[in-house]
Amino acid sequence: MSGRLDVRKTYKLFIGGAFPRSESARSYEVTAHDGDFLANAARASRKDVRDAVTVARASWPSWSGLTAYNRGQILYRVAEVMESRRAELIEQVRRAEGDADADGQVDRAIDTWVWYAGLTDKLAFIAGGLNPVAGPYFNITVPESTGVVGMAVPERPSLAGLVERLAPALCGGNTVVAITSQAHPLVAITAAECFATSDVPPGVVNLLSGHKDELVPVVASHLDVDALDVTGIGDESLAEAERAAAGNVKRIVRSQGGRSPYEATAFMELKTVWHPKGS
Amino acid sequence: MNWEYAPAPESTEIVSVDDTYGLFIDGDFTDPASGEYVKTINPATEEVLAAIAQADAADVDRAVKAARTAFEPWSGQPASDRAKYLFRVARVMQERSRELAVLETMNGGKPIRESRDVDVPLAAAHFFYYAGWADKLEYAFAGRRAEPLGVAAQVIPWNFPLLMLAWKIAPALAAGNTVVLKPAETTPLTALAFASICDQAGIPPGVVNIITGGGKTGAMLVRHPDVDKVAFTGSTEVGKDIQRAIAGTAKHLTLELGGKAPNIVFADAALDQAVEGIVNGIFFNQGHVCCAGSRLLVQESAFEQVMAKLKRRLGTLRLGDPLDKNTDIGAINSRAQLDKINRLVATGVDEGAELYQSSCDLPERGFWFPPSVFTGVSQSHRIAQEEIFGPVLSVLTFRTPEEAVEKANNTPYGLSAGVWTEKGSLILWMADRLRAGVVWANTFNRFDPASAFGGYKESGFGREGGPQGLSAYVKLSES
Repeated sequence: MSGRLDVRKTYKLFIGGAFPRSESARSYEVTAHDGDFLANAARASRKDVRDAVTVARASWPSWSGLTAYNRGQILYRVAEVMESRRAELIEQVRRAEGDADADGQVDRAIDTWVWYAGLTDKLAFIAGGLNPVAGPYFNITVPESTGVVGMAVPERPSLAGLVERLAPALCGGNTVVAITSQAHPLVAITAAECFATSDVPPGVVNLLSGHKDELVPVVASHLDVDALDVTGIGDESLAEAERAAAGNVKRIVRSQGGRSPYEATAFMELKTVWHPKGS
Repeated sequence: MNWEYAPAPESTEIVSVDDTYGLFIDGDFTDPASGEYVKTINPATEEVLAAIAQADAADVDRAVKAARTAFEPWSGQPASDRAKYLFRVARVMQERSRELAVLETMNGGKPIRESRDVDVPLAAAHFFYYAGWADKLEYAFAGRRAEPLGVAAQVIPWNFPLLMLAWKIAPALAAGNTVVLKPAETTPLTALAFASICDQAGIPPGVVNIITGGGKTGAMLVRHPDVDKVAFTGSTEVGKDIQRAIAGTAKHLTLELGGKAPNIVFADAALDQAVEGIVNGIFFNQGHVCCAGSRLLVQESAFEQVMAKLKRRLGTLRLGDPLDKNTDIGAINSRAQLDKINRLVATGVDEGAELYQSSCDLPERGFWFPPSVFTGVSQSHRIAQEEIFGPVLSVLTFRTPEEAVEKANNTPYGLSAGVWTEKGSLILWMADRLRAGVVWANTFNRFDPASAFGGYKESGFGREGGPQGLSAYVKLSES
C-alpha cells in the first residue's frame, strides 16, 4: 500500500439539484455496521424540508408535463448511471448495513429503475381507459400525478428501500421530498449523485438525511405536500403522522411490497373527462 | 313571456311510510338500545313523515358484529352467486322505481323529475354494473389477486340518498365485503326502503345493515375497532375528522368531499347550450351537489351576452312543489342548510358582490331559496372559495385560457370542472391542466356507473364507479 491519504467526501443534502449542507449547520455521526466512523451526515431541519417542498412544487409542472416516453427515458438513464457506479454502491451498502447480499440489494435497486422506466407509458392503459357509459358521450379515465409526495423511506435496505419508493412515485410524474434511512443515509446521497447526472431535472427528487422523528411531522403537516408515503415511518409515530396528514387530506401511501403498477398508481389521481357525441 | 302551468303533482299513493323505523341489523328491524327516535320531515311542507331510531354505541357494535358474522359466508360463496344477488337488487329497484322516486322526493325535497329520471335509475344501474364485476374480479387487477377487506362502514350524505347508497353498497358487496351503512340524518327513508329491497332480493341477514342517527352515530361507526374499511361522502371538514380519527389504524379509507367547481365558458362556445349547462351545473338538485358548477368563469368578451341569456333562463325556472312534474327547483333539504345558504349569501353581499335573484314566489311552508347569481365576485370572496351547497352561482371573468386555469384551480378543492368551447384542442389542453377528478366538456353533471368519479386535493381520495371503484373495497396480493 502506498502512503496516500484518501480524500473523504462530505455527505450533504440533495435539494433542487444541488448539494447544500443543512441550513441549520447541524450534522450527525454515521457509523458502519461494525461501529467504525463513516461520516458526519447533514442533519436536515424544518427549514430544509420547507425549501425542498418549494423546489419540488416548482419542478412538478414540467416533470409531470413531460411525455411518459421521456420520463421513462430519464428513469432508464438513472439505471444506467447507477450501473456504472455499481461497485461503489455495493461497497457502501456492505459497509453501512453489513449486508452480506449487498450485490443483490444494489442489483435490485438498479433493476427497479429499469422496471419502472418501462412502466411510465403503460400506466394509462392499466389504470384507466374508455368508459362505456349509457349515453352519447365520449368518456375516458386517465391517471395523473398527485403532485408533491413526501416520504420517509425504510431504514433497511437503505438503497433498495429508497429506490423502491422513489421509482413508483416518479414514474407517474410526481416530485418527491424523501427522508432517507436515518441510520444509513450515505448511500442515498451517492444515489443522489446518480440522479444529478441522469437528466433528472433539479427539484424532482430531494433527499434529506436527519432524524426522522424531527422531520416526519414537518413533512406530514406541510400543506403543499399532496401525498405521504408512510412506508418508512415507525409504528410509534405513524398515528401522529397520519393525523397531521389529514390537515389537507393527504393521500396516505404504503408499500405493498415488490414492484407493481399499483405501487405507482397509489401515487396518482384519476381524471375522468366527458364530452358529448353529436353531429 | 310567462307560461302558466296547471299543477301536475305525482301521486304519493304508491308510498307507504311507517310511523316509526328501527335499525336494520342482521336482517331485522330492531329497536335502538337508547330507545331514542328523531322525527324526519318533508322539507317542502315541514310535515312529519316518520320517527327514526337513533343508534348509539351498543347498536353500532351490534351492527358491526352482524356484518362481521355475515362476512365469511358472503365472501366465501361462489362469486357468481354474489353477482346474482346484486342483479336481483338492481331488478327490485327498477320494479319499485316509482315508489323510491316519490319517497326520495318527499324526504329530501328534490324535484320528482330528478329523482325519477336520475337518482333512482342510476342507483339501479350501479347495482347492475357492479353485479357483473362480482365474478370477474380477477380481470380487474392485472397480475394481482383481489380479496375483500371485511366490514365496511359507510356514511353518506343527504343530497342523493339512494344514489349514494348504491355507490357505496354495490361495489362493496360485489367485492365480497359486508356493510354497515348510515344514511344522513335528514334523509333516511329510501335507505330504510332499501332494507326491504335486500329482504326481497334474499340478501342474507347481516350482509347489509342500515343504522340511522346523526353525526354522533356516524362518528362511532367509523371509529369502531372491528371496521376494516371506511367510506365517507360529505363535507371536507368531517372528512378530515375521520382521517384523523382513524390515523395509525389498519382501516382503509376513501373520502368524497366538498367542491367549488369552476364552470368555464369561452367566448366561442355554443352559448345557448352553455347556458343550459350553467343552469344544470348549479341548479340541479337545488345546488346540493358536491360537484356543482358553483363558480362560473366567463371569458370577458362574452360576459354581457352570457349574463343576459342566463338571467332570461333563470326567469323560466319553476320553483315549488317537488312532487310536481314541472318543478325545476325543489325545496332546500333542511332548515340548517337554508340557514347556511342565507349566511353565505349575506357574506357575499357584505363583501361587495352584486346579487341577482329570479323573482319567483316562495311557498309559505317549507325551506326554499330562489335561484341566485352573484356578479362582481373576486377570487378572495368567501362565495368564490367556500362551498355553499345551494342554488347560488358566483360569476368571475377571465381573458386567456391560462388565466382560466389559474382561477379554476385556485381553491383547496378539486372535484369537478366544466369547459365550454367549440375548439377541441382547447378542451383537451384545459382538461390536462384542470386539477379536478371529473371534467365535463360541453356538458355538466353527468354520471354513470361505468365512469370513475372522485376528487383531487381536499375534495377527497378514492374513486366511485368504473373498475376503479372496486379498488376501494379490495386488497391486492400476489396472484
